[in-house]
Amino acid sequence: MLNAPTIFIASLLYLGLLFAVAWWGDKRADQGRSIIANPTIYALSMAVYCTTWTFYGSVGRAAVSGIGFLPIYLGPTLIMALGWFLLLKMIRTAKANRITSIADFISSRYGKSHLLGGLVTVIAVVGIIPYIALQLKAVSGSVILLLNYPQIVMPGRSTALPVFADMSFYIAMILAAFTIVFGTRHLDATERHEGMVAAIALESSVKLVAFLAVGLYVTYGVYDGFADIFQRVAVEESLRKLTVAIPSGHGYTGWFSLTLLAGLAILFLPRQFQVAVVENVNESHLKRAAWLFPLYLLLINIFVLPIAFGGLLHFSGEAVDADTFVLTLPMAHRQEGLTLLVFIGGLSAATGMVIVETIALSTMVCNDLVMPILLRWRGAELAESKDLSQLLLGIRRGAIVVILLLGYLYFRLAGEAYALVAIGLISFAAVAQFAPAMIGGMYWRGGTRGGALAGLSAGFLVWAYTLLLPSFAKSGWLAADFLTQGPFGLNLLRPQQLFGLTGLDEIPHCLFWSFFANIGAYVAFSVMRPPSAVEASQATLFVDALKHTRPVGAALWRGRAEVADLLQLVGRFLGPERAKSAFTAYARRKGGDAEDSPEADAELVHFAESLLAGAIGSASARVMVASVAKEEPLSLSEVMNILDEASQLRSYSRQLERKSRELEAATSDLKGANERLKELDRVKDDIMSSVTHELRTPLTSIRAFSELLRDDPKMHLPDREKFLSLIVSETERLARLVNQTLDLAKIESGNADWRGTQLDLKEVIEQSVAATSQLFSAKGGRIELDLPEGLPLILADRDRLIQVMLNLLSNAVKFLPAESGWVKVSLRTRTEGLEVSVIDNGPGIGVDDQQIIFEKFRQVGDSMTDKPAGTGLGLPISRRIVEHFGGRLWVESVLGEGAVFRFFLPFARPDNSMENAPL
Amino acid sequence: MTKKVLIADDEQNIVISLDFLLRREGFDVLVAADGEEALAKARSERPDLVLLDVMMPKMNGFDVCQALRADPELASMRVLMLTAKGRDTEVTKGLGLGADAYMTKPFSTKELVAQVRSLLGM
Repeated sequence: MLNAPTIFIASLLYLGLLFAVAWWGDKRADQGRSIIANPTIYALSMAVYCTTWTFYGSVGRAAVSGIGFLPIYLGPTLIMALGWFLLLKMIRTAKANRITSIADFISSRYGKSHLLGGLVTVIAVVGIIPYIALQLKAVSGSVILLLNYPQIVMPGRSTALPVFADMSFYIAMILAAFTIVFGTRHLDATERHEGMVAAIALESSVKLVAFLAVGLYVTYGVYDGFADIFQRVAVEESLRKLTVAIPSGHGYTGWFSLTLLAGLAILFLPRQFQVAVVENVNESHLKRAAWLFPLYLLLINIFVLPIAFGGLLHFSGEAVDADTFVLTLPMAHRQEGLTLLVFIGGLSAATGMVIVETIALSTMVCNDLVMPILLRWRGAELAESKDLSQLLLGIRRGAIVVILLLGYLYFRLAGEAYALVAIGLISFAAVAQFAPAMIGGMYWRGGTRGGALAGLSAGFLVWAYTLLLPSFAKSGWLAADFLTQGPFGLNLLRPQQLFGLTGLDEIPHCLFWSFFANIGAYVAFSVMRPPSAVEASQATLFVDALKHTRPVGAALWRGRAEVADLLQLVGRFLGPERAKSAFTAYARRKGGDAEDSPEADAELVHFAESLLAGAIGSASARVMVASVAKEEPLSLSEVMNILDEASQLRSYSRQLERKSRELEAATSDLKGANERLKELDRVKDDIMSSVTHELRTPLTSIRAFSELLRDDPKMHLPDREKFLSLIVSETERLARLVNQTLDLAKIESGNADWRGTQLDLKEVIEQSVAATSQLFSAKGGRIELDLPEGLPLILADRDRLIQVMLNLLSNAVKFLPAESGWVKVSLRTRTEGLEVSVIDNGPGIGVDDQQIIFEKFRQVGDSMTDKPAGTGLGLPISRRIVEHFGGRLWVESVLGEGAVFRFFLPFARPDNSMENAPL
Repeated sequence: MTKKVLIADDEQNIVISLDFLLRREGFDVLVAADGEEALAKARSERPDLVLLDVMMPKMNGFDVCQALRADPELASMRVLMLTAKGRDTEVTKGLGLGADAYMTKPFSTKELVAQVRSLLGM
């Protein structure tokens, strides 16, 4: 039964489970056995991108604009697939410089500027607050819906209630408490939260499962599959427009703007920066995330349209908000379990977003806003304090509570006027303002602090004017004529038709003007003056992030500092224990006795600064280190010299790397060549062994007969004559063997001399037959020719082809039965060329032997016939000749029924001169 | 008593020369042109010595030698292997299979006769 206690207990149990997972993850991390060092967990944690906006809002959007919800997922998909190198560079840079937030990133890039860090923080907080309000709205809405189960009652305006009777307020406070426990249990120089990431990955799985469950239920449980739903929508006049791919009007501008916004959001939203960059364990995880995260987005979007259409069909005419369909559809069908699962899924989406976002924001508020101010106003008091880590934690906890309260405030002020998606887009547009300073900072050395400040301020002001203030106006907190008439009646300044720009929706309109102002100011102010020394050195660290093999930061510091001072300084922020162990680990890594020497070298100072940067931001860290170290400032030319040296070193090292790569390549080439040589050597050995065997055989006979003749001068004349003629024939055999071996070697090595001419095959055959007629008559066999006139020419070497024909004919003769033998030679046209057949009535060749006869030195005969006096090379050579001219040579035979040797040669093509050209 | 020698080789001219040589030296000569024939004649005719070529059709000399040695009734028969492949591995293999001696082609007729005589204890 779904009632208040069930919902309450289920929620608490779920949050408890999350906390247990986080606790476990932290514990494992402390033991050095990270559970998040896994690319799948990394990709799942990136899915914190999908908030209640996705979970509830996508369906709401789809119910209004069909597939108009999709650009929000296309942008990230495109960035992950095509723009992953941006993310890789951010990860590499952040790791090298101990950067812990996007504010830190921008501040550090433009010379560790406090002002810039503060500005980014303000923009992020102001920009994200509507987004947090969205989560509160969605969760409180879902709780109210559930409490009225089984009736479906739309949540009323909560502004009607006093704050302390408003459920959203309590939800905000519970989330704040939960986040504090999650994210600020202790300080860490790298600002990583392994437990939190593990919990987020779990939440991502839960919300995906919940959404897929309700999608499957609606599509296949309530309706009869996709086709059924879409068919029903198509016949409904009022719904048909939703099935159009891109709605008319400003469709394309809208799609482009939203895709761009979402693509930038996946890079620059504070929570995405946190999970994708700060929490990244190993940059190779990016490889899997590049397809797994888009796959996640695909899965969570598959059922958006069916649910939206299902809701529109089911609640047709009822006052049910489309943003609630995911929950109200299972409710309407009395699916209590599924309803609860969906509620937990939505809770997952909201808590995941709120936790990561507020942790990221609180780090920024603490490091880039509060600490710099404290350092400036209360620097002296801070200097006396022994341990500041509790103060830092306190600031962060306070920031979390304040951020959630601001979110609640926005929800009370403006939340009711907008659908979920519209609220989220306001935040996306704010975050997009970071893009010029971020991307410019990573790829353009010329970008300066002044340019970044001007660009961010301009973009932020335009955003606030064209998007944030109108959202207040629409909610009635500003006069409505601010929108319709412009401030003070100045028509040209109407916030959503600025300077008379009409015809755009509010998001493309804001994007156009804010980027115009942002990029314009960034570039203009940057080129106004050259970068200062510190800007130039930081620019090099960032722009060349992918080229550095080790950080050059230490090279850019010169001065004197005491190790003890540095240790004490770091200890005050991180706690003495952590500082001590970090320094010891550093000394061990360096292999030297850094602790024993009282004087700190530049590298140790840099190390201390980066430790502090993790805890209090790079700008504050620089100020704090400067308070204990006497830095001798470097002039711009000195910085440039150092960077020059560094870049020279880099280019030397690149040359060395290239040389070593070339050497490796050469080595592997040589290895390959050696393998091939060895293989050739083996082949050569085999051939040599065959050849020697073939040579020794006739030599044996020759020697034996010669010795017999020598040792027996009185031998009978007939024997003497017989032996002498045998010696002669064996000598001929030897000569033939030597010639053919050389011939085959020439063909195989490609050194043979080929004369390709167009020739008439009939003529070649007749010539060959004439040359062998003696053999036939000696054996009493006859030969028949079947050679049609006027066949097309083929391209081949005349002498070689005669060699083939002679070989086939003499083979046939050898095996003919005495007196009754016959051979038939025929010539036939085939589609692509000519086919010659040499047919005999000899003993035939068994199937097993039909391959063997084409192997070198393999002859087939048996004791019934005389062993042929051939060399075993005729057929292999013939086959190679025919193949050289693009043809084939093969045998067809049944043992005891004669043999047919056939070869095929393609027609000569007139345009194809074959003069000495191997095929 | 005349000793009986079986010549097993598929090279006709070699057979002719060996046949002439051994007959001149006073042996009874039998001829086989492949491995199977050689084995059959060795069993039926019980020659005192077999001149066994290695590379023969149907059954090679190694297999013939192995089959001969597996037959206890033929234990006294001498086997002299002849091969055109003079590698050490071949020699070792032949002797390992029970051949009494091994000669590579081309051989000296005098040495062959001497070897045959010494194997037969003459």
